[in-house]
Amino acid sequence: MAKHKTPLIDQLESGPWPSFISDIKLEAESRAKNEKGLDYQIPRDVCEDLLGVLELSYKDGRTHWKHGGIVGVFGYGGGVIGRYCDQPQMFPGVAHFHTMRVNQPSGKYYTTKFLNDLLNIWELRGSGMTNMHGSTGDIVLIGTTTPQLEEIFWELTHNMDTDLGGSGGNLRTPSCCLGQSRCEYACYDTQELCHYMTLHYQDELHRPAFPYKFKFKFDGCPNCCVASIARSDLAFIGTWRDDIRIDQGAVKAYAGGEIPSNAGAHAGRDWGPFDIQKEVINLCPTGCMRYEGGKLEINTKDCTRCMHCINVMPRALRVGLDKGLSILCGAKAPILDGAQIATLLVPFVKVEEPYDELHDIIGKVWDYWMEEGKNRERVGELIKRNGMQEMLKRCDLEPIPQHVQEPRANPYIFWREDEVPGGWKRDIVEFRKHHQR
Amino acid sequence: MAIADEQAAKDTIVEALKKKKGKTKFYLKDYYKMLPDEKLMDVKRLVNQMVKEEILEYWSSGSTTLIGLKGLGKQHATEEDE
Repeated sequence: MAKHKTPLIDQLESGPWPSFISDIKLEAESRAKNEKGLDYQIPRDVCEDLLGVLELSYKDGRTHWKHGGIVGVFGYGGGVIGRYCDQPQMFPGVAHFHTMRVNQPSGKYYTTKFLNDLLNIWELRGSGMTNMHGSTGDIVLIGTTTPQLEEIFWELTHNMDTDLGGSGGNLRTPSCCLGQSRCEYACYDTQELCHYMTLHYQDELHRPAFPYKFKFKFDGCPNCCVASIARSDLAFIGTWRDDIRIDQGAVKAYAGGEIPSNAGAHAGRDWGPFDIQKEVINLCPTGCMRYEGGKLEINTKDCTRCMHCINVMPRALRVGLDKGLSILCGAKAPILDGAQIATLLVPFVKVEEPYDELHDIIGKVWDYWMEEGKNRERVGELIKRNGMQEMLKRCDLEPIPQHVQEPRANPYIFWREDEVPGGWKRDIVEFRKHHQR
Repeated sequence: MAIADEQAAKDTIVEALKKKKGKTKFYLKDYYKMLPDEKLMDVKRLVNQMVKEEILEYWSSGSTTLIGLKGLGKQHATEEDE
């Protein structure tokens, strides 16, 4: 029988979709049975208490977690996020429930052995619950106690040859798409560059260096599968300088319906037959294409590398041969000053060891931000505050037309203060009636 | 380490922290002001070195990191208005 009655969160299992509540219950059951005979190093009923505190939060309409603290592993200022429950008597299993971030491998390729080894550590020394993966890309291990942190860290670094990720005012765990390992669109080896940068900037990753978080993301092409353009302070996005390669025979085959467009993803129901004029030419954002007399022409000078035509007709169109990357700067998710999409900083760089041009830009951006950035101000907010002109000056870059245009908009909609009962202010005495210090 | 007299710089930081009233944990940026003639990256390295030597300690909210003299001030989560 379950330790806590959870009628509210049980409802989350009633839909047709996978439920994290069912997953937590499975883990709770597994820990109760303990078929492996493990000597659990944190409370065995951690999952049941997690369900209990979640039920209480649904009932109260308020959180019962506190986060932050001095917890961490020796010599590291990141990778561990202290978390405590503010009702420890009711839920002792989650009184201390720290999160550990583990650096994911580039492209998130795993061997079964790696995953088994990781879970063996985490079942013994943590809650057994994971988040694969967090928004930044890390493997997120959810819930352990302070004495286990060093033990887990030792095993990860000595037995599994991996490391903690970033948190706090550090460089966050760099993240990349799977790049040339699987994808013909990739214009550079994202996994190699991501791995190299992770090793090169170890000190910034593990020890606080900045006014706030800083993220690198590496996308092999402008499809941006790791959302570098929307989520990273410095985005490295693969691109090409020459013409899109065109196989006119294949274009005709797409136009004639012999090859399914979008690999057949956009077909069936009322979609109708493929119409190259309507679905490709007219959708080109810069109008740089035409299809006449069975021949496709692209004016490369006007092409913004949006990838739409290539995505629709991948057997007919391929990225150019003169490949490299663009560096964009200043994207962020909402938290403080609203979401921002990244701004182009460097239009094209060849990706060649020892990556001097990349280090040069990274160093200049960091110098400027460390000097001028306010506490908890992302580099994108600094650009907004001081202007793009100043950013370009500090990076020793000449302004070009692409620096000026601003195609971004905030995709998030928030509650307004007058829509929330009580507004943003609260009574701390009333708060303490429900939450212990 | 490019700071010429590392011990003097450490002493400056400790003295500056001891003089602070009220707050006990500070942003890295506050440490730059304690050593205004040094490069920012060098101050960062020195502060992190002082954490390793257990003179200072980190306090992290998960998104932001504060640094203060070891053992002083808040150790766990607190709310903004207390």
